[in-house]
Amino acid sequence: MKILVCISNVPDTTTKITFSSDNKEFNKAGVQYIINPYDELALTKALELNEAAGGGTVTAIHVGQADAEPNLRKALAVGADDAVRIDAAPIDGFFVASEIAHYAKDKGFDLILCGRESIDYNGGMVAGMLGELLDWPSVNVITSISINGGEAHLERDIDGGREVLTAKLPFVGSCQKELTEPRIPNMRGIMMARSKPLQVLPVAANTAHTQVATYAAPAPKAGCKFLEPTQVEELVHLLHTEAKVI
Amino acid sequence: MAVVVFAENNAGSFKKASFEIVSYAAAIAKTMGTSVTAVVLGSMEDAVAAELGTYGASKVVKVSDVSLDTFESHAHAKALAEVAKAEGAKVVVLANTYSGKAIAPRLSVKLSAALASGAVALPEINGSFTVLRSVFSNKGFANIQLDTDVKIVSLTPNSYKVVADGSAAAVENRSLGIASGDFKSTSVEVKKVTGKIPLTEAELVVSAGRGLKGPENWHLVEDLATTLGAATACSKPVSDMHWRTHDEHVGQTGITIKPNLYIAIGISGAIQHLAGVSGSKVIVAINTDKEAPFFKIADYGIVGDAFEVLPKLNEALSKFKAAN
Ligand SMILES: Cc1cc2nc3c(=O)[nH]c(=O)nc-3n(C[C@H](O)[C@H](O)[C@H](O)COP(=O)(O)OP(=O)(O)OC[C@H]3O[C@@H](n4cnc5c(N)ncnc54)[C@H](O)[C@@H]3O)c2cc1C
Ligand SMILES: Nc1ncnc2c1ncn2[C@@H]1O[C@H](COP(=O)(O)O)[C@@H](O)[C@H]1O
Repeated sequence: MKILVCISNVPDTTTKITFSSDNKEFNKAGVQYIINPYDELALTKALELNEAAGGGTVTAIHVGQADAEPNLRKALAVGADDAVRIDAAPIDGFFVASEIAHYAKDKGFDLILCGRESIDYNGGMVAGMLGELLDWPSVNVITSISINGGEAHLERDIDGGREVLTAKLPFVGSCQKELTEPRIPNMRGIMMARSKPLQVLPVAANTAHTQVATYAAPAPKAGCKFLEPTQVEELVHLLHTEAKVI
Repeated sequence: MAVVVFAENNAGSFKKASFEIVSYAAAIAKTMGTSVTAVVLGSMEDAVAAELGTYGASKVVKVSDVSLDTFESHAHAKALAEVAKAEGAKVVVLANTYSGKAIAPRLSVKLSAALASGAVALPEINGSFTVLRSVFSNKGFANIQLDTDVKIVSLTPNSYKVVADGSAAAVENRSLGIASGDFKSTSVEVKKVTGKIPLTEAELVVSAGRGLKGPENWHLVEDLATTLGAATACSKPVSDMHWRTHDEHVGQTGITIKPNLYIAIGISGAIQHLAGVSGSKVIVAINTDKEAPFFKIADYGIVGDAFEVLPKLNEALSKFKAAN
């Protein structure tokens, strides 16, 4: 199968998030960037699906700037065959989806896999927008996938449970934990990645629907009220009368 | 011109998130000087649909095509887009549930409308339209400006208070001719978790981590949850070790929740865990280590052994429940 995997470049999960004094920018200085954890699942699953099918290619695509290239190389080291970077500073999910749809529309992909959401902007919108832009089905938060004769058998999270469903290829899927365990690149993969193609393409649609006006830090907490292990009745009382949550 | 709100229903009845978004849409409509049209897709009794008037809908458009009883993102987005267009929607509001998350991006493309997903407050409308949403997995917020003529907002559940001061709305049944070809994927089976409060909808959550030592001790957590009427959750290592199922894993790489009360038992409070739960209104931490990072964001803390504290806390809560 010919599979496209969408890779988002996000701050490491341990990052302390701070904003500029005018609250207009996220402070990027000193921040370590990683492949979005859900996209690692998408990448690994794409490789597994092709191994099960006995062949195919996996292309990793990123809409973003050159500083993301080490993570695209990492995707190649994990096993992607080639990588594409659309050279742009993405503005919102629609911007990203439009660029990827423009790239993918006439390339004959059987499947596009995304992450459930990017852990920076948490939009959770690229997969669905891609589906609509390409007029393909889109299936969110997939926890299981197998493909047989042009049809995928899937499981996904729904409100209060799970759904088993089928979808015909091609479609767009967004990947959720439990789908697989992310692969870590080995030495051979890292060596091979150096000579794999990483194509840089100019931005095509260049359109966004939204912009960030300002950022805000979460309101500081008032501080913790400590109680002794024996004061459980006092705790219940406080939750009822002071916090008013029970 | 109208504010159109998609009121999800679950086998013919509404969930609380639907009342929240109708109340939210009513507040937006008031600012804009217009009214709310609620949309119901799939089978439902008219009298139940009319209930949305209580929360501020002036009209309920019901598309009772039975094929829409089965959720499918393409077909549902198509139906919703048709109603939104017919009603001249300027703003469309959805709940940021799994279904809402599946429809909203498709709808956004169909209506060429900007989408703010996971909003946590009312929009500010004065010339521009901006709305606050959480970013960086709750480590921050962003005011997003929506620059298109039509705007879509999906509201994080438990972010807006239900306001019930209206009366029954007029229900209009509409037929849209949704065809089988509009269903791009086929549902085979829906497995609902029964006898458990779904974590994503819970107002009270009891959660535990590695400090509980092993799955055999989880009865302590479950007892507390049962007494409180709470959902159960866990930290990542707990689900990774299969002590609990993955759907209980909260945090940056699990589910993000925003309950009224989050009780964290034997969880250290790593930054990735806190990212998923720091939006909780009130946090109680129980931990043997007084330096545990969880205490930095907790409202109430007990430095103590969970194995001693939990049975006593459960007893105190049972007493409280019996008296109230
Ligand atoms: C990329 C990445 C993503 C991650 N995403 C997540 C995520 O989404 N969610 C998440 O939870 N974690 C996540 N983690 C893991 C996270 O960093 C922590 O390792 C994890 O949250 C720790 O879980 P814990 O608090 O249960 O265990 P521990 O850190 O082992 O803490 C156990 C706590 O229990 C206390 N304790 C021990 N005995 C008792 C007792 N008898 N009574 C009371 N307290 C006791 C200890 O003092 C300690 O504070 C992620 C990590 C990475 C690298
Ligand atoms: N800049 C980007 N380039 C490529 N793919 C992206 C980008 N941003 C997001 N994605 C993909 O879309 C998914 C959902 O992202 P989001 O809609 O931003 O939450 C991510 O998990 C990625 O698979």
